[in-house]
Amino acid sequence: MSNKEKHWQKTKGHMIMTLCLWAFFSMVIFLFGYEINGMSFLGYPLAYYMTAQGSLLAFVIIIFWFANKQEKIDEEFGFGEKED
Amino acid sequence: MFKGGFIQNLPKIYGLYTGGFLVFILMMAIAEQAGVTAKTIGILFVAFTVAIYALIGYLSRTIQVDAYYLAGRQVPTVFNGMATAADWMSGASFVALAGGVYFGGYSYMAFLVGWTGGYVLVSTLLAPYLRKFGCYTVPDFIGTRYGGNGVRFCAVLVLVLASFTYVTAQINATGTIAARALGIPFEAGVWVGLVSILLCSMLGGMRAVTWTQVAQYIVLIVAYLIPVFWISNKIGAGVFPHLMLGDEVQRITDLESQFGLVKNSAADVKAAGVPGGLKSIAVAHAGVGAGGMAVWKYISLAICMMVGTASLPHILMRYFTTPSVKSARKSVAWSLFFIFLLYSSAPMLATLSKISLMDPNLPTGIIGKSIADVQSLEWVKQWSSQKQVFIADFNGDGILQLNEWFMRTGVVVLATPEVAGLPYVISGLVAAGGMAAAMSTADGLVLAISNALSHDVYYNMIDPKADVRKRLIVARVLLVVVGAAGAYIASMRITSILGAVAWAFDFAMSGLFFPLVLGVWWKRATREGAIAGMLSGLAAGTAYLIYVYPKFLGNPAWLGIDHLRFGLIGAPVCLVVMVVVSLMTKAPDAATQRMVDEVRVPSGKSILGRAH
Repeated sequence: MSNKEKHWQKTKGHMIMTLCLWAFFSMVIFLFGYEINGMSFLGYPLAYYMTAQGSLLAFVIIIFWFANKQEKIDEEFGFGEKED
Repeated sequence: MFKGGFIQNLPKIYGLYTGGFLVFILMMAIAEQAGVTAKTIGILFVAFTVAIYALIGYLSRTIQVDAYYLAGRQVPTVFNGMATAADWMSGASFVALAGGVYFGGYSYMAFLVGWTGGYVLVSTLLAPYLRKFGCYTVPDFIGTRYGGNGVRFCAVLVLVLASFTYVTAQINATGTIAARALGIPFEAGVWVGLVSILLCSMLGGMRAVTWTQVAQYIVLIVAYLIPVFWISNKIGAGVFPHLMLGDEVQRITDLESQFGLVKNSAADVKAAGVPGGLKSIAVAHAGVGAGGMAVWKYISLAICMMVGTASLPHILMRYFTTPSVKSARKSVAWSLFFIFLLYSSAPMLATLSKISLMDPNLPTGIIGKSIADVQSLEWVKQWSSQKQVFIADFNGDGILQLNEWFMRTGVVVLATPEVAGLPYVISGLVAAGGMAAAMSTADGLVLAISNALSHDVYYNMIDPKADVRKRLIVARVLLVVVGAAGAYIASMRITSILGAVAWAFDFAMSGLFFPLVLGVWWKRATREGAIAGMLSGLAAGTAYLIYVYPKFLGNPAWLGIDHLRFGLIGAPVCLVVMVVVSLMTKAPDAATQRMVDEVRVPSGKSILGRAH
């Protein structure tokens, strides 16, 4: 497998991993919205907290993490950008 | 003081600008104390901020193609994040989001998740690759990747349909705010709004829009956060509302069961003469509906908004302007961070607004008080006269019950500062923030449409030999035409029948999501597949919309897929047709395959040059 193909394999894996996290915070927890709303976080009902703030914050963190790790993958295979 | 070029000095320039804006707010506060009328303060706020944007627009004028279309590809990561956040947060987000949460509760908040979660898709699937491609517009990518004017034209079609649905609502919002702040009729307000929008974009295209959007973001976020923090501290709810309103949410739930959540019948509401569009609280603030259908309704709405976000051209094109691929990726993260600041504050504002009105222990509480007393409150008088709030004494006991108090959704943002007894200067600030939010989104949308028409239709299809001067003249003429068309439709006040902002997301998702994603992630995707996918997805989505929307055919929705969610029909049709047709046709040639390989690595030159 060429360097490019290996890079793309790893990029794909990283993409899938990121989308799994995304699916968890955007869909999976809200499958159980009714069930988890009895629990509490910072004094808020949990499902309310997640839709008002928690999942939104999770997305911000996920994208920063995604971007940093993708940069490392690019550098590992020698495709990092020099400028900037 | 300023060494080096404009880009190196950006933090200083916008730091000074923010400081200047805060000083302006203080001056207005002093003016208010000195007896300047509320109306004058409102006018000054809107006029001053719009004049600043116009000045930035003028200073950013350009005669270069890559500056006009891509802001010269030198917008730094964090600033592009701010510009995208302003581009993204519309007048509707600013004015109506908190109101939506206030009346819609948990099920409405699927919009919050949808309008933020979509950025994960943007950053993983699209933004870095489109930046590497180096396209000017979204159809530019589709047209080059799949090859040919036919496929390019289909992409322009979807883009225009989705963006135009969105832009009339924005011009409408600019008009409403301008009309209210300047005291002119709505129809005139719309044209004032349009002129302000064009001042920001016409001379400098993407470059001017970028730098005005950064300025607009600063105004809108200051205008949103100051009232939230102020009210929270004033009523003793917590120094930092986002982390400390748990007790208030619990208190609202208790008060809801004490007062009772009653859904008024449509007949009662009509008989009492409640003006159209006003609502009473009938949905639990923090409660979650039980059952599979409630879950599906929530998740399906979130999916439509997320996938739609990742297909909206005016957002994607912001990432074409960064200096590198990795900064495009990081820029998505910053965009979402800046959006998060406002979106996470909307439910807090809704909570504060609700508790201010509901809690009998607070001096601002009105529920359970005598109707005569409530009607003599200054803010109730003022907003009643504008048909924004209404009291209907259904049971005739002279006491205001929870279900007898009606408000328009926008009132939550626009009137809460007054309700909580904040000085008028805050209301003027909120008007300036709403104006900034509506203008920045309208700018981005008008530019997305006119760039697609000028670059893709005019330059690529009609006159490929046109020189730079001619291209930029055409681009500007189209900008004015598109803006004027939007303003004309907005001034006819038919936006309510043009449907919800959500439609723009569904249109974009039906026609563009899979052709964009598969263009990067599936080498086997062919031109014929893309054309068939875009057209059939769009046709299926539109047909279903006509089938289900109450004002068109009004048939019962399949599986709860109503007119807000028609992208769930269009996008799968687009995917299946695109895959099947691609597999039936000849694989893309070696040159196209190499191009896709090249897009997948960040280093090296972009596929399309700076000037093309």
